[in-house]
Amino acid sequence: MPEATATEALAAAGVTKRFGGLVAVENMTFALAQKEVLGLIGPNGSGKTTMMNLISGALHPSSGDIRLYGNPIAGIGASRVANMGVARTFQLVRMLPAMTVLENVAAGGVFGHARRWGKELEDYAHALLKRVGLPNVGGAPVATLTYIDQKRVELARALASDPKVLLLDEWLAGLNPTELRIGIALIEQLRTEGCTIIIVEHVMHAIRSLCDRCIVMNSGAKIAEGTPADVLADHGVIRAYLGDADA
Amino acid sequence: MTDLAETPVVRSAWVITAKERRTLLVSVLIFIAASLVPLVFGGYVLQVMISIVMYTAFATSWLLFSGPTNYIALCTAAFFGIGMYVTAGGIDLMPYPALIALSGVAGAALAAIVGLATLRVSGVYFVIFSLGLAELVRQIMTWGQHVFGTMSGLYVTIDRSEPMYYWQLLLATAVIFLVGWGIGRSRLGFALRIIGNDEVVAVHCGINTARAKVVLFIISSTFASMIGALVAPRWGYVEPVVAFNPFLSFQVVIMALLGGTHRLWGPLLGVIPFTLMWELISIEFPDQTTLLLGVSFLLIVYVIPNGITGLIEDAWQRHGKIGGSIQGPLQRALVTSSGTLKSLLQRGKSGNA
Amino acid sequence: MDIVIIGLLLGGTYALMAMGLQLQYGVARIMNLANGEILIAGAFGAFWFFAGTKASPLLSLLFVVPLAFVLNYAIYLVLILPLVRRAKSQGKLEVDSILATFGLSFIFIGIMVAAFGAQYTDYAYLSEPIFIFGERYGLNRVVAFLASGALCAGLYVWLYMTRAGLALRAVSVNPSAAGLVSINVIRTSALAFALGGAVTAAGGVLLSMYLTFDASYGVVFTLKALIIVILGGVGDIRGTIVASFILGLAETAVATLIDPGLTLAAAYVLFMIVLLVRPEGLFGRRTA
Repeated sequence: MPEATATEALAAAGVTKRFGGLVAVENMTFALAQKEVLGLIGPNGSGKTTMMNLISGALHPSSGDIRLYGNPIAGIGASRVANMGVARTFQLVRMLPAMTVLENVAAGGVFGHARRWGKELEDYAHALLKRVGLPNVGGAPVATLTYIDQKRVELARALASDPKVLLLDEWLAGLNPTELRIGIALIEQLRTEGCTIIIVEHVMHAIRSLCDRCIVMNSGAKIAEGTPADVLADHGVIRAYLGDADA
Repeated sequence: MTDLAETPVVRSAWVITAKERRTLLVSVLIFIAASLVPLVFGGYVLQVMISIVMYTAFATSWLLFSGPTNYIALCTAAFFGIGMYVTAGGIDLMPYPALIALSGVAGAALAAIVGLATLRVSGVYFVIFSLGLAELVRQIMTWGQHVFGTMSGLYVTIDRSEPMYYWQLLLATAVIFLVGWGIGRSRLGFALRIIGNDEVVAVHCGINTARAKVVLFIISSTFASMIGALVAPRWGYVEPVVAFNPFLSFQVVIMALLGGTHRLWGPLLGVIPFTLMWELISIEFPDQTTLLLGVSFLLIVYVIPNGITGLIEDAWQRHGKIGGSIQGPLQRALVTSSGTLKSLLQRGKSGNA
Repeated sequence: MDIVIIGLLLGGTYALMAMGLQLQYGVARIMNLANGEILIAGAFGAFWFFAGTKASPLLSLLFVVPLAFVLNYAIYLVLILPLVRRAKSQGKLEVDSILATFGLSFIFIGIMVAAFGAQYTDYAYLSEPIFIFGERYGLNRVVAFLASGALCAGLYVWLYMTRAGLALRAVSVNPSAAGLVSINVIRTSALAFALGGAVTAAGGVLLSMYLTFDASYGVVFTLKALIIVILGGVGDIRGTIVASFILGLAETAVATLIDPGLTLAAAYVLFMIVLLVRPEGLFGRRTA
């Protein structure tokens, strides 16, 4: 197992997660380079979100190692992982319901990797809202926003901490075709700006256009790794998604 | 969830909105008016006022922790008793002001132990732990006194006049309010609001939720202990059974709930009617105090769950004035969704002025 | 050695009140802070019966248990159900039910003081000695232990061998899933709550045979029951039984070797250890 080098943004080595008798993630080993966009795909139940939870610290691995720029982050707890520079969005959008849009974004920028307060924080939150395409809704209560806009707020919240690694957990899920185009363009923009991102997705054309590299999981284990084109043409991958008849 | 202050928290601590300035002014006026009371009243009225101020101090400091976290702390008496005992025990050894500070330290130490043990797991465990804490401390104290051969009661022979007690407690209350207001504007206050909205998000934003709660609990309990130190000379004779009387804890909880736990001045609104009512009950129905305490709890839970402040704010809302603060309960946010986004932004802008 | 025996005897009798709370918290998910008062009510019931008829207090179980069942069922329907209906989250329900049952406990205390007075109460029944391993113990303790064992065994059999018991266990594991397999969760919770109260009251009858109690002593029992349930693991019956014995032993050891006035301290030490080392309890399920 190669030792994690300090230049790799994220390195997972032999990560395994068991829930009683169920092995949700098995012996996952991969590396994420700086400024790379890595796609994590696989059929439902393959362990992708569990893997994200292990990286973000929401779960502790049963065994294995995860390092962020060489620093171990497995099992230290989600708040400390956030402090070290990992930010995420959630599969089902999690807003802070009794707070305004601006406060939701600001929440990400106070206690995490970047620590701002006061006027600096407020200005930064406004700038982030502009960056994700919501320039004027700072004072609105979040419950009044549309789903795509709430997702944008969540993205802004994640970006507020100046993360070293950004985890997008099915961020494009539940969007109609128009919103999907906007969403993909937004992530493309982040990519050009040099963000390091892991995307879990089911929307294949997004994976093809956004990801430098792809990892395919099935039943908790890695079954393929490579460029999106290679991986999506792989027979093993096709069999995992669609069954033997179409391979 | 408590908004310990109604300011948009992303502002710096030294920026005070017009609304806040108004609130501060009103508070200062009330404080000045309150401090004139001993010059006008004496005797029984002053005694009742001392009770009111003391319970306001207790209930507001209780709110500092139990408001944002929604964990019902049932252990005020434990910290009060510690404050009394530190004072009574050290009265011949140290100057009184040092004892007040030492009481605070002792309370903080106990709060740290209890907090670190219980606040990293579910809030229910904290409530249970706090339920028996006063009784536990009392048992240990009594045992300690057996073992070290001291008498069970201690005398505190400092002479103070009634007005002096009143002013000391009033000052303590003012400090507690200021601290509560300060917390609301601070990073800690922001963290608590986030925790109250969604603890999972809070953790992923980098907030050490357990530590935030423990810090709050320590602050709240330190005040309770210091009030014990302030009140010890007034009682004169300190005994475990009386100093650690759990009823104090329960009364404080009722008063805070009655007033409402969503505003910093909520408990004050609960203390006044409850203290007056309790005076009446102690005179008219001295044997039914326990029963009536229970009935009060039930009334609050079933009839006025949001306390008096909840009633007031509902009345305000129904009369068309949606309070300037956007960060109200989720229901209010949902109610306004019938308007357009633009009108919302306008209301939002005026609210955040 | 006698510490062990007395500890086990005590623990066995504690098991009933802990089981009662386990049913109410583990199944109905209501933190019932009036649990201790139900126990005391049972104790008073036994005392009143014994004082009046001089017959064995064990016979008082015949009316105490059904009465407690009906009373707790009524409490669930009248007091708890409105809270369940209006609660927006499990957390809010917990807060509300804690406050409501807390208030209820005071009402019970007030009623009992009015009915029985506030003084310490006990009665002499079977206080002649029995010899085990050459040491003398109160026969009342042994009988209480045996009766408790019988009742616990009966409860265990009911829970694991009847359909109703299965429904109860299903609701304790996952209420929404239980609802999906057409278990009436509300009715099952009410049943669990009522049964819990009945079991606790039975525990009160048995404890009254050798403990001194007064109307306001309930809170100490509530705390001990809670600590036992937490120590054993919420939702686990075996855990409750094992934890009851552990508490009984710990308490007796502390009372004998250090000071009889530190029984609550013993319980709290166990509590602290659980919280710091294994918050889910001995047999509880750890959540990720």
